[in-house]
Amino acid sequence: MRCVTRSIPATSLAMTDAREPLLQLRSLGVTYHRDARVLRAVDGVDLELRERECLGVVGESGSGKSQLLLALLGLSAPGAQLRGSIRYRGEELLGAPRARLEAIRGRRIAIVFQDPLSALNPFLTIGTQLTEAARRALQLGRREALARAAELLSTVQIDAPAQRLRCYPHELSGGMRQRVLIAMALMCEPEILLLDEPTTALDVTVQAQVLDLLRTLRERSGVATLFVTHDLGALASMADRIAVMYAGRVVELASATALYGAPLHPYAAGLLRSLPRLDLPLPARLPSIPGQPPDLADLPAGCAFAPRCPLVHERCTQRPELRVLPDGRALACHFTGSTSAVDAAWTGT
Amino acid sequence: MSGTPIMLEVRDLRVQYRSRQAASQPAAFAVDGVSFSIDAGESVGLVGESGSGKSSIARSLLRLVPATGSVRFEQRELLSLRGSGLRAMRERMQVVFQDPLGALDPRMNVAELVAEPLREFRPAMREQHARQVLAMLARVGLGSEVLARFPHQLSGGQAQRVGLARALMLHPRLLICDEPVAALDVSIRSQIANLLRDMRAELGLALLFIAHDLPTVRYLCDRILVMFRGRLVEQASREALFGAPQHPYTRALLAANPVPDPARRPASPVPAAAAGGSAMTASAVKGGCPYRDRCPLAFARCAEEAPVIRQVGASLVSCHRAGE
Repeated sequence: MRCVTRSIPATSLAMTDAREPLLQLRSLGVTYHRDARVLRAVDGVDLELRERECLGVVGESGSGKSQLLLALLGLSAPGAQLRGSIRYRGEELLGAPRARLEAIRGRRIAIVFQDPLSALNPFLTIGTQLTEAARRALQLGRREALARAAELLSTVQIDAPAQRLRCYPHELSGGMRQRVLIAMALMCEPEILLLDEPTTALDVTVQAQVLDLLRTLRERSGVATLFVTHDLGALASMADRIAVMYAGRVVELASATALYGAPLHPYAAGLLRSLPRLDLPLPARLPSIPGQPPDLADLPAGCAFAPRCPLVHERCTQRPELRVLPDGRALACHFTGSTSAVDAAWTGT
Repeated sequence: MSGTPIMLEVRDLRVQYRSRQAASQPAAFAVDGVSFSIDAGESVGLVGESGSGKSSIARSLLRLVPATGSVRFEQRELLSLRGSGLRAMRERMQVVFQDPLGALDPRMNVAELVAEPLREFRPAMREQHARQVLAMLARVGLGSEVLARFPHQLSGGQAQRVGLARALMLHPRLLICDEPVAALDVSIRSQIANLLRDMRAELGLALLFIAHDLPTVRYLCDRILVMFRGRLVEQASREALFGAPQHPYTRALLAANPVPDPARRPASPVPAAAAGGSAMTASAVKGGCPYRDRCPLAFARCAEEAPVIRQVGASLVSCHRAGE
């Protein structure tokens, strides 16, 4: 089994500063207008994806995590207004010509979507779909492209790859289809892999296998990965750093160890507490976060989490900015106590 | 459990779907000879992967799909019920579905949705309906402000609460929940899980809780049934199943469950599982143990002879190798 190696042309290496993050979002905003109201789906997000790292973005519906991903790919819905900056190796992608975006998408930045069945065309064979983009982007001949596709299918642990290339999507199981999508994303040896809930639609045993596969691929190729999900369980074994999003903003950004071990934002802490877990004794009652996920059309002034927060205070009518704490993590909350204080506040509710 | 009457007794249940495209082929059994029972007030979890037959069991109990075998519910054979008998059964056994929005008629507001079971089953007490609707909404944690809203104006959690209010309106004795929290946001899942637990305690309901989310099943259920390709492979109390699982599939399920802790990786089952190839149906593995092509413990006998359910430790398990 050959692993995927990344080849960056010498010219592009010479032109880029080695310290430049691969992907840099600055004050990214995605806004929609609906019935004379302004919906800020993404509201001033600053994030960096560095070489070789896996950055997790976790949030619930309305958090803006999917809108962020679509903006990165230049695939925001018609009517969306984008502001701020998205730089790929220093090059501005917001407002870049379509041809340039298309050259980068797929070739440099590839994505694996959540639902493998709707992401695949039911009328085309796996082989055709795997090779379509790569033949164009890499100027490969049919035979060459198919050989590479077969090689990648074995990289993603699909047996008898040559036969599978002739299969249609419905002939494969859900787990295999997700592997095919991962192989498809890797066809052009991208530098950045975007994962959009890649395991959500899968059974738990298959989910563990796909996560295992993604970890192995990352260890071998070092492909920088942005993993967007609502599943804190799946993210734990993958991400180096995690950004927690709520109502379009990043509320906490920390290393995975810091976030899972000692979350500081009341939302992050509340989310982690409310997960039922098999590795801990059964609680007498499952902790939960009261209230509803935020309605973007009707956000409170100030902190969007305030209506659900056990630590809510007068100052929360002022919007807390994301600022970096001495330990390196970033937090958007007026309360900067300890994890135990946040926990105590939740226990008191 | 002694002394509590058996509420539901399922014997050798089979559900078979015929494919229109392949009418000539023998149809696969989605549920292939399943037997279990539920006591009054008991909460039973049914777990397994997609396609294992969990939802087919729910649908056959609700008489939404044809099934063979025997289902006795409150001492009456359910599979042969018709007309008024079936109607009376529906009062006693209700269901909450996974997709809360899909389960609500988009043209009705919340007041009409929650009153619908009363209009249908208690038309004579019409003047009391509005009051009963409000009382039930309060029970599931909703206020009168939602009465005039239509389903699309509700959040997922609110819609699921409305679904639960509808299901509880006629005071059923058994509530079937088919993945009731899977489609909800993480912060809302625990709210609904707690609500189900409270309702069960308050109303003395029996619960058949179908899910693939093991931690929630552990939280809500006294006893757990594990299905694989149409068959029950293990049944045990919560303590036994999570403490000392006996079937290799149950063990794989527990090990694969992701833990929100970066220091611990879920164990990925043997990759050979994925090499199985095309989407598997119950009939794909003929004869023998349905789990044998994925099982790390499989030996010759597993292909020759289907294991029968037997007691191993505190579990009822169908595996030749369990207890070795």
